[in-house]
Amino acid sequence: MKTLTGTGTLVRLILRRDRIRIPVWLIGLVFFALSSASGVQGLYRSRAELVTAARVVENNPAFIAMNGPAQALDTFGGRAAWEIGAFGLSAVALMSMFLMGRQTRSEEESGRMELVRAAVVGRHAPVTAALTVVAGVNLLLGALVAAGFIALDFPTGGSLVMGGTFAAVGLVFAALTAVTAQVTEHTRGVYGITGALLGVAYVVRAAGDIGNGSLSWLSPIGWAQAARPFAGERWEPLLLAVVVSALLVYVAFALGARRDVGAGLVAQRPGPPVASLGLARPFGLALRLQRAALIGWTVALFLSGLAYGSVGRDIEDLVADSPEMGDILTQTGGNLVDSFFATTTLMLALLASGFSIQSALRLRSEESSGRAEPLLATAISRARWATSHLTVAMVGAAIVVAAGGLGTGISYGISIGELGQVPRLLGASLVHLPAVWVLSGLAIALFGLSPRAAMFAWAALGGSVVVGFFGQLFGFPDWVTELSPFTHSPQVPVADPTIGPLVVLSGLAAGLVALGLWAFGRRDVATT
Amino acid sequence: MTKSIEVNELVKTFGPTRALDELDLAVATGEVHGFLGPNGSGKSTTIRVLLGLLRADSGRATLLGADPWRDAVALHRRIAYVPGDVNLWPNLTGGEVVDLLGRLRGGLNQRRRADLLERFDLDPTKKGRTYSKGNRQKVALVAALASDAELLILDEPTSGLDPLMEAVFQECIRAVKAEGRTVLLSSHILAEVEALCDTVSIIRLGKTVQSGTLSELRHLTRTTIVAETAEPATGLADLQGVHDLLSEDGRVYFDVDTANLDETLRHLTSFGIRALSSHPPTLEELFLRHYGDTEDGDAEVRQSRGEPASKESAS
Ligand SMILES: Nc1ncnc2c1ncn2[C@@H]1O[C@H](COP(=O)(O)OP(=O)(O)OP(=O)(O)O)[C@@H](O)[C@H]1O
Ligand SMILES: [Mg+2]
Repeated sequence: MKTLTGTGTLVRLILRRDRIRIPVWLIGLVFFALSSASGVQGLYRSRAELVTAARVVENNPAFIAMNGPAQALDTFGGRAAWEIGAFGLSAVALMSMFLMGRQTRSEEESGRMELVRAAVVGRHAPVTAALTVVAGVNLLLGALVAAGFIALDFPTGGSLVMGGTFAAVGLVFAALTAVTAQVTEHTRGVYGITGALLGVAYVVRAAGDIGNGSLSWLSPIGWAQAARPFAGERWEPLLLAVVVSALLVYVAFALGARRDVGAGLVAQRPGPPVASLGLARPFGLALRLQRAALIGWTVALFLSGLAYGSVGRDIEDLVADSPEMGDILTQTGGNLVDSFFATTTLMLALLASGFSIQSALRLRSEESSGRAEPLLATAISRARWATSHLTVAMVGAAIVVAAGGLGTGISYGISIGELGQVPRLLGASLVHLPAVWVLSGLAIALFGLSPRAAMFAWAALGGSVVVGFFGQLFGFPDWVTELSPFTHSPQVPVADPTIGPLVVLSGLAAGLVALGLWAFGRRDVATT
Repeated sequence: MTKSIEVNELVKTFGPTRALDELDLAVATGEVHGFLGPNGSGKSTTIRVLLGLLRADSGRATLLGADPWRDAVALHRRIAYVPGDVNLWPNLTGGEVVDLLGRLRGGLNQRRRADLLERFDLDPTKKGRTYSKGNRQKVALVAALASDAELLILDEPTSGLDPLMEAVFQECIRAVKAEGRTVLLSSHILAEVEALCDTVSIIRLGKTVQSGTLSELRHLTRTTIVAETAEPATGLADLQGVHDLLSEDGRVYFDVDTANLDETLRHLTSFGIRALSSHPPTLEELFLRHYGDTEDGDAEVRQSRGEPASKESAS
């Protein structure tokens, strides 16, 4: 096939370009999966302990919504698979999305693809090469996970299916990204659409898992969990994932054959010949550039909040129906609904940090693309330019966090007929805002001190997520847990809000910002 | 004569690369100054230092009497800049970018903006990504030329422009000069430099190798002579300043250093000149001499600095 000419060379090019990135993803995900598994082996000493713990999960839709259906939780394997859960599978999906987007649309957007396609390279070769690499990475990931589980003495059959679920979800999202990369012109758009679809996949299976399970069949994450690792394995759902991936690849090829290099499916329309007055200031420009992202994240958080809020009602019913839940209530030492919302607001705040870091790092992408240069050659000081994007990041973070709290409050408030829940859950969300700011502050500080290292702000978010949700399982020492700013936010609504930590976190964020601005004022503006 | 730009012994290193190596540059107020040098010689780096985007390691740079690093913001009100690689925001139209850059500089001349859009035949309603290379360049040019800045710093401003637009650009620069404003023009298009510039500086490997008016530079170089003589011309090869001598069918072809022109011609007339043509060095030839044999020249400079053989490896 002539349209595939050059695929082999491009595969080698991708492997060369991503020779650090791919191993980092692989090591991170394998480490996460295996340390969760061995954490389970360490945490529960006997089958009896597992059974007790399983009862807590089985009776709590919140846990099911978050991680997945309760399948064979009285076995070590089943428990480990559940702990890794929808969360771990989403991380695999993110890996596929980022690796694919980077090698497809991002290359086109930068104009490098033009250079490649002008060589003896077939039309479909770039996408095929990217798919080959990412599929290979996913298969390798699955194999490593399976081998690791076997090495940890988990049953072989379940271990293989466990690895298979990782590979399957990764494949589907690689193929899905191949499609979205054809649709929109900008890499940001590719990540936006694919990320939103991942969010939908996560929420749809949450709703399905709480209900009768049929909805879960609409979600690739649901398919992975329907393969039931360690709980009477079934390979068919994984086969379904492979078939769907193949269909998506076909769609990507068909779309790719219809469009020009560099173009999306929608042609650009002309815009205004003069700038509105809003564009007269750097802040106006920053807002204009980040508007779409801000709106997207706000809507996403609001919808996620609505989804979580509606689950709150189910928990309440459960408490009312089952006397057994009384025991659990006294065990957890508080209101189960409140502790559920303490967890979901934390989760939403961590999601919102995605926006606040991305938004702060916009400074870096503007700089490295060379677009900052003409601006900084005008009468705008560096501090003012940086502050314009920072303001969007900080105020935007408040809006996004508030959207999550509002969504939760509105749907929970309406479902139990008590609108007083709206301000209460809004407040519970906003309590995390200073911690979110600390992460944007960190991004700014890195941007000023060492622009090439700015991406490590994402690692801080990853660390906070692991500490927040797997801290107990991994048994981190306290000082590690305390590295996450979210550890210091009060656990509202379970605990009362306290002002002290909020002031300290806000101060820390301000200090990091000041450090970043100071350092940026003293360094070269770098286009590399 | 006041100086708009004065640079002395400027040094800028990027890790092991010495991008500027004691560079000197002087631009008098009101002149159009050509800034020339082979690829990677440090032109853009110098310009970025002058804009306060890069911080020099040592040496002195003065721009309009102020320090480009410390007084960047105040200076930028008086400067307009066109980068060599124009990157536009994909979702902003060309018109919006022109307005934005103008306003951030402290205002732009609306009448001139409209006039320039028309002369450069630029559609201001297109979005960043949909412009062709030349049109992207025009957006930055219109934004700079629509300002009242007293100093224009242009880094290869016409790369990608068609000949018609090149002519429009030259008209605009002449108008800028007529208003007594100053221009620093980095360019690889020698015809443009010849047409516009009063003075030029040639740099190589971060060092200034020549600087002066065009006629001064010409004087430093060679004139090409073709002569037909009655008797075979002999002894030319022994004269000082004669290069690349070739004789054929009673004709001689050679280059002679302009300083030795007079004595060489005197020698030549003694053989009875039947036909003579001579032409002064074109700018092209002038540059080829300075850029040319870059290989040897570069190797020499590098050796004296103890640097590795290839300089452009890190890009
Ligand atoms: N940020 C940087 N990091 C490392 N090296 C750099 C950086 N910027 C420039 N250089 C190096 O400095 C030298 C001078 O580069 P510069 O861009 O100033 O050249 P130039 O004269 O503008 O070339 P051209 O005519 O191709 O535009 C080159 O060797 C280049 O590789
Ligand atoms: Mg340059």
